Amino acid sequence: MAATHDAKPTSRVLWVDRFLTLIRIAFVVLISVGLIAFIAQQIDPQNPLARWLNPDATGLTAPQFKGLLVTGLAQGAMYGLIALGYSMVYGVLGFINFAHGEVFMVGAMSGMITSNKLADAGLWEDAFLFSLLFVVVTSITISTATAVIMERIAYRPLRGSPRLIPLITSIGVSFFLQNMSVVLLGPGAKSYPSLPSWLSQKRSVIGFEIEGTKLVVLLTAAVSMAGLWFLVERTRTGKAMRAVAEDKEIAALMGIDVNRTIVTTFAVGGAMAGVAGILWGILFRSVIHTTGFLPGIKAFSAAVVGGIGNLGGAMAGGLSLGAAEATAPLVLLEPLGVDGVSQLRDAVAFAVLIFVLLVRPSGLFGERLSDEDRA
Amino acid sequence: MTATSDNLSMLEAPGINWRRQIRFALVGGLSSAFIALAGMPVGLDGRNIIRPILSMGYLALLWVPFVFASLAGSVVILEGMTERERDAKDLAAGALVGLGSSSGLILLMILIQNFNLRDPLVNWSPQLLNLLSFDRSIGLGMLLWLILGTTLGLLGGAMHVVPGKVRSRILAVALAVFAVSVLETFLTDLLEGFGLEVLTDFVYYKRGGLEVLGAVVVAALTLMIPLMVGSKIKDIKTRVVEMPNEERRRVNLLLLTVCAALMLVLPFFLGKITNELLANVGLFVLLALGLNIVVGLAGILDLGYVAFFAVGGYTTAVLTSPNSPGFSPELPWPVALIVVVVLTGIVGLFIGAPVIRMRGDYLAIVTLGFGEIIRLLFLSDWLSGWFGGAQGITNIPGVDVGIGTVKGTDPRSVFLLVLVFCAIAIYVSWRLEHSRLGRAWMAIREDEDVAEAMGVNTTNTKLMAFVVGAVLASFSGAIFSAKVGSIFPTSFLMLVSIIILVVVIVGGMGNIVGVIVGALVLIGVLGGPKQPGLLQEFSQFKLLIYGALLVWMMLKRPEGLVPNVRRTRELHQEEFLQDAWLKGEIDTDDHEDSP
Repeated sequence: MAATHDAKPTSRVLWVDRFLTLIRIAFVVLISVGLIAFIAQQIDPQNPLARWLNPDATGLTAPQFKGLLVTGLAQGAMYGLIALGYSMVYGVLGFINFAHGEVFMVGAMSGMITSNKLADAGLWEDAFLFSLLFVVVTSITISTATAVIMERIAYRPLRGSPRLIPLITSIGVSFFLQNMSVVLLGPGAKSYPSLPSWLSQKRSVIGFEIEGTKLVVLLTAAVSMAGLWFLVERTRTGKAMRAVAEDKEIAALMGIDVNRTIVTTFAVGGAMAGVAGILWGILFRSVIHTTGFLPGIKAFSAAVVGGIGNLGGAMAGGLSLGAAEATAPLVLLEPLGVDGVSQLRDAVAFAVLIFVLLVRPSGLFGERLSDEDRA
Repeated sequence: MTATSDNLSMLEAPGINWRRQIRFALVGGLSSAFIALAGMPVGLDGRNIIRPILSMGYLALLWVPFVFASLAGSVVILEGMTERERDAKDLAAGALVGLGSSSGLILLMILIQNFNLRDPLVNWSPQLLNLLSFDRSIGLGMLLWLILGTTLGLLGGAMHVVPGKVRSRILAVALAVFAVSVLETFLTDLLEGFGLEVLTDFVYYKRGGLEVLGAVVVAALTLMIPLMVGSKIKDIKTRVVEMPNEERRRVNLLLLTVCAALMLVLPFFLGKITNELLANVGLFVLLALGLNIVVGLAGILDLGYVAFFAVGGYTTAVLTSPNSPGFSPELPWPVALIVVVVLTGIVGLFIGAPVIRMRGDYLAIVTLGFGEIIRLLFLSDWLSGWFGGAQGITNIPGVDVGIGTVKGTDPRSVFLLVLVFCAIAIYVSWRLEHSRLGRAWMAIREDEDVAEAMGVNTTNTKLMAFVVGAVLASFSGAIFSAKVGSIFPTSFLMLVSIIILVVVIVGGMGNIVGVIVGALVLIGVLGGPKQPGLLQEFSQFKLLIYGALLVWMMLKRPEGLVPNVRRTRELHQEEFLQDAWLKGEIDTDDHEDSP
């Protein structure tokens, strides 16, 4: 090491940097080759380029592609709602609340319990809208309570400690909540009662055939997003939240109750996760104790993709991540001749995270963090 | 902390905070009800601690009033404070907390009797009600809980009234009886190996648990032994500490050799089950030692550590198994191991290089992503021509070592093999910790920017941690696949990474002894992700306990059970500074600057 010091004092390009550049190039090449092959196969499946990469290529029809996109966007909207919680907590406290995915799971579970109880009482069919409202309200309450209690017990005592300490703690909380669901409610998947047919039938909206449930998911996400935007940008509470995110000490000096603001942040994030939990129930009608894990990680990825601390970015990141993971296996990987592409959906989501962090670590729409959190 | 340094010596710890007591009582009640609804009393009732009196199921409830009362009464004595005189009020406070804890159960009994919530809550059953009412009438059960809770709370409160020496004796006795009961399988096996069945027959009941007489004997021994040999041990200790360095090193070396020799002989005196158990513990010790280098020394939180375990296992399987679907050279295990080490090192570089520049927390999530990607690739149809997809790779031969074959059907040989590799890993970790590289790792852990300014090449150093950790995990993976004989993607869930992390953190980050203790306590007693531990009944609760333990450790004792001195100082820097400030060792101005 000493020898290289005086040889080239100005050059600080390490082999790691070269390697990273190689990885970036490889990513871009893979994406472009996949896209070109996809376009080639769409033009003509017998196209020599398409046949060379994947002899069994069949191509996608327009309705298939639209269907994939809508599925991806509906899931992405859900990821976006969860991502808001990650993003807000990261913005305010500067750590990844790993257990946020479990708050979402708790929301989905409590929705399952109340909706099944209502279905037993016969109200689910008779007064669907009323029961749905009831389910949504209880589920939001419970997930909000979970988030707030979590903050009080596990995170508040750790404020000001090195940032990995609360992260490790949140992993423990996540583990605990997951297994709490197992021991209290039993292992195994549990299902939501069936939805009325008018809700799940397909409707055509601007040229897309969308199932009613997915429409509900997209609309709910839009409404929640608008509500959150109003809360953060137009109310005193939101102003306090932004101030605390910027600088806790100065916010406290300005007369803002920092503790209360942090609790509010957790509560709002928990409420969003509760809504997302119900949407999960409506989309998939099945919930299990590990439901929160993958969507949680993906939602965090979405928050990073959109730029952490940036609420609009979290939603946009969620939508793009959802769309990418739904379409990329068939658009990018199938033309390359990869077998069983749908199994690689989750791998695609992680690959998107890694790619974004390598190419643009501050996210697509720029992160909004105070200097101390960014360090 | 409003007091100035002049009147500090007069400051007395505050009196009983009744709001705190009530809060503890409420939390105790909720915890008791939660434990009951989690199914612990019913699920663990089959395991006896002391045969007719106490089962694990009841113990799961009975510790609550005692521990909560004792916790509620404890006061942090800050530097310069004198402890307050304890009196009968403390007993009353303890009794109150105990009463609160047991009233949670009483409320639950009333609810179970009158409502049926069996549908969402699986443990809401008449069985639980029966158990809670001690198989008698419900009213009597409630009364008993009332008395039990209050008495145990009183005892918990009394822990602060009695002198410290008595308190530690009582705790030692309770712990010893519990430990002897929990370690039953192990101790029976060990004593049988030495031909001392008489002893086990005397102490243990035929179908598990201590006999009352056995418990009394254990308690008496715990009280007697320190009285008889305590002072002698102290003498020897001071003598060793006072020895010149040269001589002390020799004594340490002698002790180490004796321990190593004992460990090597131990497998021959143990039965199949215990050997199997210890072999599993050993595999986790290997993994935890590897993660200890990454997390404990270099301070990089790697949540995808299982990836290296998986790569090690799968590479061994592909290279040695005749059933490997794609490429099947059927190499002997030792040759395969060399390839495994090189390959895992390269994978460590490949995973490490992209993440090494990221912020610590992003790095954690991205490594987690890599861990999942690797598992998904092993599982996928795309690569099933190589790794068998969900069917995995079967028929992996054992390790041929000349005199015999090491494979899963012979746990003793596996344990011996694991021991050898553990010894290597311990030696490597120990030497690395005190090497230039180890110091560089610790410098990075404490402050990366400062380390860089001091001339540490942070990128290369951190990558080295990744590679060394990966290689240690690959040892474990290689032994694992030879031991089990077949390998499936389900053995490499993210869960495994987290469990290894819990082992490292509970044991003590950055401390080799701590990591080994952590693995023994957690994997040995509670069990690994799939491997049962000594408390087999706990298998459905162990993950819950791991989660709770992780949170509790981070909150109360982030340095772990067996702490690393330097790491402790880093974690409690503020408290140390505060103490020093109160003692007047540093100027008040300095305190402002401390982070």
